[in-house]
Amino acid sequence: MSAAIARVAAAPGDDSDDPTPLDRDSDAVIAHHRPARRRRTLTWSLVVATAALAVVSAGLGQLAIPVPEILGSVALHTNDALSTIGLGGIRLPVAAVPSHPNADATLWSIRIPRITMALLVGAALAVGGALMQGVFRNPLAEPGVVGVSSGAAVAASVAIVSGATFAGPLTSPLFAFVGGLVATFLVYLAARSGGRTEVVTLVLTGIAVNAVCGAGIALATFLSSTQQREQIVFWQLGSLNGTRWQDVAIVAPVTAIGIVGALALAHRLDLLALGERQARHLGVSIERTRVIAIVLVAVLTAAAVALCGIIAFVGLVVPHLVRLVLGPAHRALLSVSALGGALLLLAADTVARTAVPYADLPIGMLTALVGGPFFFWLLRRTRLRSGGWG
Amino acid sequence: MTAVGATPVETTPVGTTPVLEARGLTVRFGSRDILSGVDLAVRAGELVALVGPNGAGKSTLLHALSGDVPASNGVVELDGRPLRASSPIDLARRRSVLTQSNEVSFPFSAREVVEMGRAPWRGRPEADADEAHVARAVADAEIAPLLDRFVTELSGGERARVAFARVRAQACPIILLDEPTASLDIRHQERVVERLRAHSDAGGAAVVVLHDLDLAAAYAGRVVVLDAGRIRSDGSPREALSSALLSEVYRHPIDVHPEGHTVRVRPVRTTRPTSAALPSAPHAERHLDPRRKDHSAHD
Repeated sequence: MSAAIARVAAAPGDDSDDPTPLDRDSDAVIAHHRPARRRRTLTWSLVVATAALAVVSAGLGQLAIPVPEILGSVALHTNDALSTIGLGGIRLPVAAVPSHPNADATLWSIRIPRITMALLVGAALAVGGALMQGVFRNPLAEPGVVGVSSGAAVAASVAIVSGATFAGPLTSPLFAFVGGLVATFLVYLAARSGGRTEVVTLVLTGIAVNAVCGAGIALATFLSSTQQREQIVFWQLGSLNGTRWQDVAIVAPVTAIGIVGALALAHRLDLLALGERQARHLGVSIERTRVIAIVLVAVLTAAAVALCGIIAFVGLVVPHLVRLVLGPAHRALLSVSALGGALLLLAADTVARTAVPYADLPIGMLTALVGGPFFFWLLRRTRLRSGGWG
Repeated sequence: MTAVGATPVETTPVGTTPVLEARGLTVRFGSRDILSGVDLAVRAGELVALVGPNGAGKSTLLHALSGDVPASNGVVELDGRPLRASSPIDLARRRSVLTQSNEVSFPFSAREVVEMGRAPWRGRPEADADEAHVARAVADAEIAPLLDRFVTELSGGERARVAFARVRAQACPIILLDEPTASLDIRHQERVVERLRAHSDAGGAAVVVLHDLDLAAAYAGRVVVLDAGRIRSDGSPREALSSALLSEVYRHPIDVHPEGHTVRVRPVRTTRPTSAALPSAPHAERHLDPRRKDHSAHD
């Protein structure tokens, strides 16, 4: 007992009597404080939560399908796929077979494509946000907020109104990509000064870009036929309603390219946080990194916007929360944000299509409802911390 | 002290061909010449201090030497090749640069920032020495207690030390530093410049912008005095620093007296504060120039 007290009493003295940390063991210096364990735990929790929610979500709707039947249906379809690619030897156990005659069709032509789309678009939006924040060196940059999404949307609505079909089903994604690219470059050139993007300039640039794009969308809406008008309105609200496998087939590769490209930039984005000159002195080719990052932001945003409309704030909320848990290093940030974005958008879409019976709420409305106040809180915090609008 | 030992420097014979050289360097912003016709050759084994009054062009010269500012006229060569001819990664393996402001835009830990200094060596055999270089840099800058803190919440001086450690971890033969001591306390001012001296003594080269003339004279083997974009003197502290020259360029009387192989430099106080304003004369004198505190014993 008394020995313990003596130890406790001696402890502070030991610390203060050590003005030279030089002699400390170098092993202590190399110890890591953001253990990979934390990253693994979060990754696996997100994977499990996303898988569980996907299964539950597939059972929800006008036709309720119990979970064992969903798993059974998935096993059946997987077994079919395995035998067509010559792996018929591998068989998954089938727990139960869908009892309702329409259950299988509902699952495979309506719900599962939509769930897949939600996962893809969520991942694309979250990674796009994290990437944009990295290259703008500002945690408030987000494709929806700064007008990249509306740039993509205005181009996509031009595609609808003009009836252009030169690239088949890829026409409107292509338009969206070009629109998003132009908007990103515009914002990047306008909002930066001295290698940094000030919050106030960024937000004001976003207002200007959104205003111009809003006018463009309004004009397109005015010029369009009744049917086209409906299509354009659907864009502005953002929805995953009516997703088909063909749509998934367009979005999946684009999202994959975007995420892989973003991960390849991760290390350079870390160095960029030190400043552009500092990053160049560490060997980063700034101009090339910048152009690649902007093209990738446009690719990821276009993947989401072209088929699902403007779904804002996912790219703001998800990377921010991931950064709080894992820190700002981009490799972990980008990959875990992809998972988090997928989970968030799947949850939001499940709410959108089940909250009100026989109605499909616009998902863009839901994300903005949550993301708007979150943005406000972030803005306020940034302002308090940097003592102004830095 | 560490497994690294002396700074690894490619064996350029000391004092022969310049590793970094500016010839006829002119830098113009708009119609104003910030530097005009500067010639400076830095050789392996040299610690060169750039001094001069505000606006003399010290930082611009350092920016031009590091490639941040293009030369309007003249050339800057690293190892005999124009800077523009080398890729950023090749430059990053030859010379490290410490800039004046070091704002980090996301809350990275100090450890992560120092480790970023090893970025140019990723995927190369030199990466095997990453841990040793980081450990040495951390010891040099005395930032071990700060390693797990976010750089965004460190004080200005602590952030400057983390940035210095990052530049040390890069372990390049040539180091360029823009006012590395500006926000440091006396212990760390002395320590940083002393580490640079050790680097040049081990065969490396360093160019450092300093405001403290006495600090420059104490550690730098060579001092370059700049004024209005031109080099006014260049040589060992005894050659380059004279009372007449310094008093002229700083427009303030400055006393230079020899001490050992170098000189001591201190400003002459012509006006005494009124006794009402400050309690006593000796205290008042130190108060006027806090940088002199550590040398008061010699006065």
